[in-house]
Amino acid sequence: MDPVTIGLRTFDLAAVPLRSVNALLHGRPVDGHAPLAIDEAVELVNPRGAHAVAVGLDAPRSVRVAGHVGYYAAGMNQRADVVIEGNAGVGVAENMMSGSVTVRGNASQSAGATAHGGLLVVEGDAAARCGISMKGVDIVVGGSIGHMSAFMAQAGRLVVRGDAGEALGDSLYEARLYVRGSVASLGADCVAKPMRDEHLEELAGLLKAAGYEDDDPAEYTRYGSARTLYHFHADNTY
Amino acid sequence: MSDPMNGPMSGPMSDPATERARRGLRPSSTFDAATIHDIQRAAQTGLYDIRGFGAKRALPHFDDLLFLGASMSRYPLEGYREACGTDVVLGARHGAYPLRLDTPVTIAGMSFGALSGRAKEAIGRAASEVGTSTTTGDGGMTPEERGQSKQLVYQYLPSRYGMNPDHLRQADAIEIVLGQGAKPGGGGMLLGQKISERVASMRTLPQGIDQRSACRHPDWTGPDDLTIKITELREITDGEKPIYVKVGASRTYYDVKLAVHAGADVVVVDGMQGGTAATQDVFIENVGIPTLAAIPQAVRALRELGVHRQPDGVQLIVSGGVRTGADVAKALALGADAVSIGTAALIALGDNDPRWESDYEAIGSAAGCYDDYQDGRDPAGICTQDDALAARLDPVEGGRRLANYLRVLTMEAQTIARACGKAHVTHLEPEDLVALTVESAAMAGVPLAGTSWIPGVGAVEGW
Repeated sequence: MDPVTIGLRTFDLAAVPLRSVNALLHGRPVDGHAPLAIDEAVELVNPRGAHAVAVGLDAPRSVRVAGHVGYYAAGMNQRADVVIEGNAGVGVAENMMSGSVTVRGNASQSAGATAHGGLLVVEGDAAARCGISMKGVDIVVGGSIGHMSAFMAQAGRLVVRGDAGEALGDSLYEARLYVRGSVASLGADCVAKPMRDEHLEELAGLLKAAGYEDDDPAEYTRYGSARTLYHFHADNTY
Repeated sequence: MSDPMNGPMSGPMSDPATERARRGLRPSSTFDAATIHDIQRAAQTGLYDIRGFGAKRALPHFDDLLFLGASMSRYPLEGYREACGTDVVLGARHGAYPLRLDTPVTIAGMSFGALSGRAKEAIGRAASEVGTSTTTGDGGMTPEERGQSKQLVYQYLPSRYGMNPDHLRQADAIEIVLGQGAKPGGGGMLLGQKISERVASMRTLPQGIDQRSACRHPDWTGPDDLTIKITELREITDGEKPIYVKVGASRTYYDVKLAVHAGADVVVVDGMQGGTAATQDVFIENVGIPTLAAIPQAVRALRELGVHRQPDGVQLIVSGGVRTGADVAKALALGADAVSIGTAALIALGDNDPRWESDYEAIGSAAGCYDDYQDGRDPAGICTQDDALAARLDPVEGGRRLANYLRVLTMEAQTIARACGKAHVTHLEPEDLVALTVESAAMAGVPLAGTSWIPGVGAVEGW
């Protein structure tokens, strides 16, 4: 047997309904398909922009998606490692809890929205609202991000190797943002902060985890919350 | 007794307003005492007023409708002998496991954070006892409510505070919240006094800050996107959970149509009397439409789509100002499949109870007027995260009171249904209703009492 294919199951989404594939990935019985073994990797071919591919996974498993996906790919991921060999639509890895999601291409808006944990890597660019309301996830974007990214971001780290669009970190809570390139504008209550040693160390770790260990963390600027919106007062008239 | 036109009045017949009127002193209807107070407060503090509760202004409501009991032309049912069903099934349209409730009165979404853990437990106990569902709120699912609630609806909100796929899978239904009646178009807020260590940890926020929550969902922006979001939620839960969509009443006809097109199994419409834990007073009183005006719009939308009261249809849950079994019966007669109660449930638990009168006075309020749910000092121990105050509510005793109240609502609705000759409360229909005012007749689409006139529809010929 070809050693490369040991423990690898391929599903052609042009032939097998997405419902069946997601059910198998959830450990559910599906007529005509043997259940997935615990350590069996999965490859999905011909996704052709389908929505909700590989969502709600809750076990350690490698999943490779060979092509472009639509909305919410790998949404709410827990423990699985999902690689998308293409572009991803709106809300990739939304509300991820743990595990990892890697997009080899670009990601549409709201990548990693509200995610609580795990690592999201977008090797290309991410559109608007990247990391919106993020709650603990780590996001590393190889390219640039669009406007309103990290809006109301609560916790976690967002690393951008390129530039950030308008209103970065608007109404930010406690997430930490690292941007290497330019920032078109900062959102309400988001400010640049000094890079102390612990931040350089933290950033180096994130870059390494995402495969960008050759980057110099010192080239990045840290952004965070000025915390002036934490208590209502009369001048909060944004 | 003295001459009311000439002689001075005194004693119980003479209230201060009458005395002032006799002296020729006339307060303005436009600038009434409450308005003057509001202007003074704004001038003094520079802050808008944030409060809980729903709209307090007088609105066309269920009180403006009456039932036409059976007589010669209709045949009533015996109250204590003949069956009058109250069970409802919610959410079966797309093959999910539906909720099967023994009563059409459900408990609306109220968060742990806004409410104490003990209050959530009491609500769960009551709902389970009478066979109905409870609903989480902003901030996630607590063990207290999951443990005590046999049927629990998990709210999916813009903030996604505490949003956890494990809880999604543990829920009995998922309610995607687009808005609520107290603040259609508004986000949430929970002031720092209630962001305890536990609440902060559940919501991933610093303790003690004033929490803002978004008014829009972070990863979809319109009805087409919502269709895809519902697909995702069905995929994640393997199609087992009914999907509700909740809207605050405003453009209800269009919102309900779009919700059905997006794939909702159940639509929840919350009128402007629906409560909140913390919203600007100006928002509560001036945005949205009354529950009475919203129901016929929702029903028309469902009917036009062929999904109203069908075996594979979309169910309508109505909330906002439901207080009595008559309100329940009127909502059902207008076409709702079930109702939700929030404020009334809190009152049944002990909210605004006169037994805490001195405590209400001490914080500048009064029993019957208390609405500062946002500040965490609820004397009844319900809307608080203060352990000492929360201890005032015994979840078992509170649950007993709420269960009693839910039973009364159900029995009252049955009483009216039987009087109208209906063997099931959902058999009530608009034809059983008349309106007391032109406004309520126009909104509800039922005739003004004693006439065949439905304003906007035109008189029925030859009745």
